[in-house]
Amino acid sequence: MAITKNDVEHIAKLAKLEFSDEEKEKFTHQFNDILKYIEQLNTVDTSNVEPLTQVIELHNAFRADEVKPSTPTSEALKNAPDKTDEYFKVPKVIGS
Amino acid sequence: MSINSKYQAVIGLEVHAQLSTKTKIFCGCSNKFGSAPNSNVCPVCLGMPGVLPVLNKEVVEYAIRLGLAVNCSITTKSIFARKNYFYPDLPKGYQISQYEEPICRNGFVDIELADGTKRRIGITRIHMEEDAGKSIHDAGSETLVDVNRCGTPLLEIVSEPEMHSAEEAGKYLFAIWQTVKYLGICDGNLEEGSLRCDANVSVRMKGETKLGTKTELKNMNSFRNVERAIEYEIARQIEVIEEGGTIIQQTLLWNAEKNIAAPMRSKEEAHDYRYFPDPDLVPVLVNDEWINAAAQNLPELPAKRKVRFITEYLLPEYDAEILTQERTTADFFETTLTGLTKKNPETYKAASNWVMNDVLRVMNEGKTIHPEHLSSLINAIQSGTISGKIAKEVFEEMSATHESPEIIIKKKGLVQISDTGAIEKEIESILAKFPNEIARFKSGEAKLMGFFVGETMKVMKGKGNPKIINEILAKKLKN
Repeated sequence: MAITKNDVEHIAKLAKLEFSDEEKEKFTHQFNDILKYIEQLNTVDTSNVEPLTQVIELHNAFRADEVKPSTPTSEALKNAPDKTDEYFKVPKVIGS
Repeated sequence: MSINSKYQAVIGLEVHAQLSTKTKIFCGCSNKFGSAPNSNVCPVCLGMPGVLPVLNKEVVEYAIRLGLAVNCSITTKSIFARKNYFYPDLPKGYQISQYEEPICRNGFVDIELADGTKRRIGITRIHMEEDAGKSIHDAGSETLVDVNRCGTPLLEIVSEPEMHSAEEAGKYLFAIWQTVKYLGICDGNLEEGSLRCDANVSVRMKGETKLGTKTELKNMNSFRNVERAIEYEIARQIEVIEEGGTIIQQTLLWNAEKNIAAPMRSKEEAHDYRYFPDPDLVPVLVNDEWINAAAQNLPELPAKRKVRFITEYLLPEYDAEILTQERTTADFFETTLTGLTKKNPETYKAASNWVMNDVLRVMNEGKTIHPEHLSSLINAIQSGTISGKIAKEVFEEMSATHESPEIIIKKKGLVQISDTGAIEKEIESILAKFPNEIARFKSGEAKLMGFFVGETMKVMKGKGNPKIINEILAKKLKN
């Protein structure tokens, strides 16, 4: 299954990134090269292997339901490029 | 035959229940609703780089409880996944959810329709996930974001697409609402969004087995709106098809003021979530021991409790239904019963009437009543200390002052007068005032009896024992 320029454009859109035609061409090739390399794994017979979802051999890492102090609002908003005293400010998301 | 009867609607509901745990799902921030904006936040729920989410065990506990209550099988090994999308109220750029291995699967709830039809609605899955933050769009040219809700634990309950009317969907949602409230895992407030319902709606010709194109309805924040929106959307889809059009798969927002569902206009349209297992979280293993312990701690659920109320207290089905709708009401009723001096079907029914009519009314007004006080009130009627009519007055005072009925009765001098001599004296003076009415009564106007009782009661300020008044009046008027 080869990656096309359309796929690259779709992925770019999902990532909210814009690229020139030249870059899109380059990424199409690179994506295909990467997938081809990874495809080598398909030669391994995994029919009797359970899918791996986690490489750490741990389970049930829980936290008790106890309140811990939160970050002060001013600290939380500190890195925001735009804000009010209490809120993060972002460009309007709902189209009008 | 109407046009509508040619079609069958197919409805599936996705219900999100915000859990009433003390803290969020993956961090120790308070989960309290209504806090100051961006005050219940920390690096984890703000989506700062390099932080590690750690699962709140209580969330798993709640999920197991709900799963058992709605007849699901609990997944032995369940995992978390990342659902990727960009939206300003989701700082990480992904929501931690469950995809391939949800905590619960294959359950059902039973519902009963107004015409008595019983239906079993399947539950495909229940999964644990985190809520997103809140965007405020009506603040000028920009959107304000409050991250407090980010990381609020949610259980998403996905039904099978097998409901066929707005009524069925409403009843199903009610059953879920009732269950989460009985379990004490969610406050069930639809208006505040702690229980949210999205509906997938499609229509097809009757007999067709393939599903039609569906639309997704959102923003229905009451039981009534859920039913109205689904009714609207079914009618709209049928109209489109009848006119030769096709249904476009889209998300519609219910507008309760205009009574319409309009397509959601958002700059984020791409739905390609690219789920993958979240490497930050380890699998959740649930063994039989855990499941059995949870099962033992389940409260008696509404359907079972209703049946018990009918068999144990000999209540009419209607009463049992109303009393068990909410756990707090059912608990109130049963606490009231424990305080009764006479325990028999008559006093049980009296308690039921008080709870259904008066307790629920004052509670809806935001007042409180102690069940122990209601027991005392019913006991006072039973023993003849006060009349039923005076009891209503005492009840109102109880809800206003929270004083015990004994104190109120004493303070206001409301003890019922059952002294035959005293009542007889009052009746004699009343009868002396109304010779004409006596004559009319004797010539056959039996309904005037009520008039005499009323006049006597008036003079006795409602404190006369109505049974004795009736007896004496009957005797006097016979002569």
